[in-house]
Amino acid sequence: MHELVQAIILGILVGGIYALMASGLTLVFGIMKVINVAQGALVILAAYLSYALFSHLHIDPFLSILIVTPAMFVLGVAVQLVFVRSLRGPDGSELSLLVTWALALGIEGVLSVIFKTNFRVTSPSYADNSWSIFGYQVSEVRVLAFVASAVLLLALSLLLTRTRFGRAVRATVQNPTAATLLGVDANRVQTLSFGLGVSMAAAAGAVYGVIYPFNPGSHYDLISRLLSIVVLGGLGSLGGAVFAALAMGVIEAIVAVKISPVWSSFSFFVVLITFLLVRPQGIFGVRERVL
Amino acid sequence: MSRATAAGLARGGAFAAAGIAFPFVFNQAWIVNIGVLTLMYAALATAWNLFSGYTGYITLGQAAFFGLGAYTLGITFQHFGIGSGYNPFYALPLVGAGIAIASLPIAWIALRTRHMTFAIVTLTLLFIVQQLAFNLRSLTKGSTGLMLPTPHFAIDSYDTPFYLAMLAILLAGLSLCWLILRSKLGLMLLAIREDEEKARGLGIRVTGAKLIAWWLMVWLSAMVGGVWAYYLTFIYPESSVDPLVMIGAVLMTFLGGRGTLWGPTVGALVLVPAQQYMITKLGASRLYLVGYAAVFMVVLLLLPRGILPSLRSAIDAQRERRRTHREPRVREEAHA
Repeated sequence: MHELVQAIILGILVGGIYALMASGLTLVFGIMKVINVAQGALVILAAYLSYALFSHLHIDPFLSILIVTPAMFVLGVAVQLVFVRSLRGPDGSELSLLVTWALALGIEGVLSVIFKTNFRVTSPSYADNSWSIFGYQVSEVRVLAFVASAVLLLALSLLLTRTRFGRAVRATVQNPTAATLLGVDANRVQTLSFGLGVSMAAAAGAVYGVIYPFNPGSHYDLISRLLSIVVLGGLGSLGGAVFAALAMGVIEAIVAVKISPVWSSFSFFVVLITFLLVRPQGIFGVRERVL
Repeated sequence: MSRATAAGLARGGAFAAAGIAFPFVFNQAWIVNIGVLTLMYAALATAWNLFSGYTGYITLGQAAFFGLGAYTLGITFQHFGIGSGYNPFYALPLVGAGIAIASLPIAWIALRTRHMTFAIVTLTLLFIVQQLAFNLRSLTKGSTGLMLPTPHFAIDSYDTPFYLAMLAILLAGLSLCWLILRSKLGLMLLAIREDEEKARGLGIRVTGAKLIAWWLMVWLSAMVGGVWAYYLTFIYPESSVDPLVMIGAVLMTFLGGRGTLWGPTVGALVLVPAQQYMITKLGASRLYLVGYAAVFMVVLLLLPRGILPSLRSAIDAQRERRRTHREPRVREEAHA
């Protein structure tokens, strides 16, 4: 029992970070029907940026979120303007899968050239500290990472619900044509949201690098999880993504202690496929409309 | 038989003859090696096109079936001893058929979702198979990799049997595409690609049609994977379930022209030699990934329809111009 609770705690802590990464992915899909396969590579890019800031300028990785996130927001806006915006037409969504995949390969290539392919981890002095709460061991950085993710997710949800921009975003998700008729600048909303989605990857990447060792090829593992999360949660649903990310974290952690760590990520894929059998649109998803 | 069919058959025959003659004319090992890879990608791209190009459902899981073919052949070698020499080649169609049948339930589940979700679910298949290759150590030897027996082909023409096997699969794929494009199934797939709801409304069994195309795609991909494993005689999870191989095949299909018969092959003929050149020039620095991504971007953003459709419409436009100017037609332009 103790083991199980420990696993659930760990799973929720891990799930929080994935929720942050997946929130960007599902937000971008909701607005422009684009799946950003490069989200994983962007997380790794941010992890490297934060690693570089830590090892050269001794900036704390959690503090570096404040630097990495705006920088990657600009990058995201640029990517949307150069690569994604031109994909219109009937199979624009499908093409976007491939274009962002190419982007992921490009990022992987550049990172391998600069940083080589050996694994890195950002390790501040407190990396190995852990707290003991009611007899459960929780690592300090994991809690910090979870708190940072939760704060950012809360900020994102406030941005979407309490601001004028957020209202424009939600209107575009619900009905792009009507939103445009009501004076929403669709191009602006799309570009800024893409930047926002990438910033979520950036913030998550900075903390990811503290918890997991990473190399330029790590993005495949990340994107496979992130895509499973957003599909399980329902494409375009923010709450669904958060819920599915936490579920993934918990399922994987339980399988890791009860069966074997090597089967943990496999188990989540099986859950996903089984779930789609019952509910093809995901937990909170709506059936995709035929346009 | 119409004139167009005769021209098509002649084109296919010429391609097959040139393909067979190639390794005997240019018999240096490195050239035949590039030939094997070119045909491998052409066959994979043709298989991908057969499903995704004709139905409009993009699958990102093809590498899973390539890997399954490779591993199934490897495991069969380990446990059943299917002989060496040419024998494994004869077993391949059965191996591929078995894998394709086994994949149908998963395909059925995945096809219940719509386009974007389908693409993602098939992508997770790729990771599932890779995980299995890592974890089922008793069968696959995990990350250590699996050795296959080295066949005793003559040293100076060692690559030729593999070349011919890849060519046979490519020709099978092209023939299937040709038959499908001329059949009722082809019309059904086209209807699905254009408007699935309407197609369903007209009484087309959309799921059945998609599953047939899926089955053929998996069958071809698994056979290619098998030949590839036998050629390299050593496979491990990262190399045999490699997203890069599949994305290469997808890129070639886009370059040549989705939904056309010859597009994927044309794309492979252009890109594989270029890719091999880039790997030998830049491989050590992994800079080739950047080059690869750049080519991919250029193709997708500037030539999203592909070479053959663009060429075809250019030719048609020129013809139209000539007809309106009432100039005497000098010669029949070659069809793309």
